[in-house]
Amino acid sequence: MKAAPFEYQRAATLPQALAALANAGEEAMIIAGGQTLVPMMAMRFARPALLVDIHGLTDLQVIEDIGDMVRIGGTTRQADCLASPIIAERVPLLAKALPLIGHQQTRNRGTVGGSVAHGDPAAEIPLIAVALDAEIVLRKQSGERSVASGRFYDGPMSSIREPDECLTEIRFPVWTKQGSGGGRVGCDFEEVSERRGDFAVVAAAVQLKLDQGGACERAAVAVGGAAGTPVRASAAETVLIGQRLDDQTIAAAAATIDDAIDPADDSHASAGYRRRVARKLVARTIAGAAAEAFRATP
Amino acid sequence: MNKVEINLTLNGETRSASAEPRTTLLDFLRDDLGGTGTHMGCEHGVCGACTILLDGVPVRACLIFAVQCEGLKITTVEGLLDADGRPGDLQEAFREAHGLQCGYCTPGMLVSAHALLARDPDPSDEAIREAIGGNLCRCTGYAQIIDAIRLAAANRSSMS
Repeated sequence: MKAAPFEYQRAATLPQALAALANAGEEAMIIAGGQTLVPMMAMRFARPALLVDIHGLTDLQVIEDIGDMVRIGGTTRQADCLASPIIAERVPLLAKALPLIGHQQTRNRGTVGGSVAHGDPAAEIPLIAVALDAEIVLRKQSGERSVASGRFYDGPMSSIREPDECLTEIRFPVWTKQGSGGGRVGCDFEEVSERRGDFAVVAAAVQLKLDQGGACERAAVAVGGAAGTPVRASAAETVLIGQRLDDQTIAAAAATIDDAIDPADDSHASAGYRRRVARKLVARTIAGAAAEAFRATP
Repeated sequence: MNKVEINLTLNGETRSASAEPRTTLLDFLRDDLGGTGTHMGCEHGVCGACTILLDGVPVRACLIFAVQCEGLKITTVEGLLDADGRPGDLQEAFREAHGLQCGYCTPGMLVSAHALLARDPDPSDEAIREAIGGNLCRCTGYAQIIDAIRLAAANRSSMS
């Protein structure tokens, strides 16, 4: 359980990190919090020849409200997000998921960018990013690009990030300021895991906006742990839009989940169990988000 | 692989040693700095036995490479002794409330509990459970550990 040997380079600035990545090509990996990478290296699932350490890049440790978005720098600690009033108020869906990520010992070190970049299909932050259409900012020496979260993942723990790109920022859209009139927003997050702090067997994230009459004006529904990547359940969203969220509508939305997911059998749960849990959690989180929206002050 | 020199502050003392970049902070503390109070359990971030404070917050020493800790402040279970080098009040509370049996998880439990009481002197049972939620114990069933932390908190509040 010891990592294979590697060269280590601590980046003092982002350009230094990008230069190291550009020179090393596919042999290099980025380490920030290391809460996933270090165990992967200990188990020799990952054997980078060079580790480029960006944990000291304080420029990337930022949580900033920029109006219609909240930007979170890549090396921002999960614990700092959990303590942030900006996240609690402006990205409440993320705030609800954060306490379920690992334990305080891992959240104190683990970063938001690391979790998004690693892209475990059962991890909480990638799921919230996909649910909310977050933008993922990737930087390399020759420039920067912004990728929609829905296009970022292309498989389990795999994304379109190039080896010489560093994930520098995630921008989460803020719903409360969007649109006009008396819309009310509610959200809910739930997961089933073997023990508190474990990766989810299945997780569901829902954010809803109700119009003044109480009908659903906007919906985001996403499921984690039930396919190779976090899944956006757009069919379920279509069922909800324009409707009052009674039990029948919620059941109809949850019934669409089966076609959206592609769960696997593994040592934690069977595919059939994951399907049942996904349907149930989606129904429960839609109801939870609707109830919160109804309670909200327009 | 070349060794690199690593300088850090361990329990208030400046310490240096050389280690390969792949050396975890846990191995560095135990093998290179002689601090065997921090226990090695799973080595992949699951059991919490190696919990230490890094710049004041609890983290797992097996999930950090020592080379990443240049210039940082580390507190281990050895740092919880009182000024005379005897077990501190939290350690005494664990003894009194039978908060340990085999003792393997205890250094990690103590460090997690120490961090909790530093930020929340009067924690609820829920807060105590959350604080030690990342520390596995196979002996006690956890109840006496929770009792011990509650006892330490009560003793501190009656002293002040």
